[in-house]
Amino acid sequence: QFRNQYDNDVTVWSPQGRIHQIEYAMEAVKQGSATIGLKSKTHAVLVALKRAQSDLIAHQKKIEKISPHIGISISGLTSDARSLGNYMRSECMHHEFLFNTRLPVSRLVAAVGDKTQTPTQRYGRRPFGVGILVAGFDEKGPHIYQTCPSANYYNCKAMAIGSRSQSARTYLERHLNEFADCTPEELVRHGLTALRETLPSEQELSVKNCSVAVVGEGQD
Amino acid sequence: VIMADLMQPFWQGGPSPGLFYEYPGKWSSDVASPSDARNRTSQPTVTGTSVLGLKFTGGVIIAADTLGSYGSMARFRNVSRVMKVNDSTILSAAGDYADFQFIKAEIEQMVIDEEVLNDGFFMSPGAVHSWMTRMLYHRRSKFDPLWNSVTVAGFYNGESFLGSVDKIGIAFKSASVASGFGAYLAQPLMRKAIEDNGDNLSYEKARHVIEECLKVLYYRDARSYNRYEIAVVTKDGVKIEKPSSSKPDWNVANVVRGFE
Repeated sequence: QFRNQYDNDVTVWSPQGRIHQIEYAMEAVKQGSATIGLKSKTHAVLVALKRAQSDLIAHQKKIEKISPHIGISISGLTSDARSLGNYMRSECMHHEFLFNTRLPVSRLVAAVGDKTQTPTQRYGRRPFGVGILVAGFDEKGPHIYQTCPSANYYNCKAMAIGSRSQSARTYLERHLNEFADCTPEELVRHGLTALRETLPSEQELSVKNCSVAVVGEGQD
Repeated sequence: VIMADLMQPFWQGGPSPGLFYEYPGKWSSDVASPSDARNRTSQPTVTGTSVLGLKFTGGVIIAADTLGSYGSMARFRNVSRVMKVNDSTILSAAGDYADFQFIKAEIEQMVIDEEVLNDGFFMSPGAVHSWMTRMLYHRRSKFDPLWNSVTVAGFYNGESFLGSVDKIGIAFKSASVASGFGAYLAQPLMRKAIEDNGDNLSYEKARHVIEECLKVLYYRDARSYNRYEIAVVTKDGVKIEKPSSSKPDWNVANVVRGFE
């Protein structure tokens, strides 16, 4: 009758030592369209592939501005991403109001990590079904961070998430050493080339389905 | 005897004849009673007088005497009013000494919290100045002000910082700051030093001006003292010197008339 006895709630472990609800949420990230983040010594770049549900609907927004020095790109449940985005915006604004200083990217990501952890441990709640790539620039330079529904987060040199993103990661790994000295334009080019790897054969990149964000030294 | 104990007054708890019944507790919860009143600070208690701050090329120097006055009495003569926040920021306060101790404790806890994160970020002087502004304005908005005039000085990213916030949250940055009596007696002297030296007021000159100002304040501000602390912040970090004293010379007083 039941396919799986241990996936009804986040508070229940399977005998194999796994929490299935969290793993399902991690899968939701892989269902979203691909998005890529990479950085040089001076800039961080996000590129994303946008999807439209039908010809009648505009492409779904993938990249959003959090504050002048931070942008995010999302894959997974859009609504969850929006609520996390609002949280990140309010954290940035609060910090700027209090200290008249931009919130360090690492601190923002840690706050998101703490926020997303709670619903992975409480009865009756579900994890955030979204993976986020955070691109930011602060006093310590450019950053790319990845966050997961499992509340893990990673400080990345370059990262790709979303559907068919493995091929993009392969591209990024192969060209990793070239990124450090890239101009922002070259970074975008690398990003788009990596993004092309994720496309199914009948589709190609266009102005309509691509979205790009750049942040860097002296550039909001 | 037993019957008398059991007997209740005939009309207990009821309204007095001719009046309406008052429900129990009607006045206790939703209306403030005299015992709910709370006192806010409406005057400082133990106070410190002027704090001086002056930017020079490559850093900032601040000074405050070590007197804690109780009204006009020189009650505590060896209290420190200067604190190190971190390697780039110092802070000093005039006004209520207890409130300064509270501010000091708050900031020290924030610095510890930040050290614990171990992410390499520390509050810049500008951040401390902004936080101080929020804090003091918040408290005055609760009609419970922290009765201080706070001076924040620092050196960060190759730039000097010098700013001031008062007890109602008025904040500014300036090449020289002086609170209390110093605003009248020391500020003109410091401004003159800045104007005379343009962009290259040396540390030695700045220090000389500050020490002269402290003397002037000692002679003319009756709440001041000739024992003081000087703190300097440069690219090499913060240095708060041990308290030192200037030698008073009241020969200058022979021209003072009218107080005999």
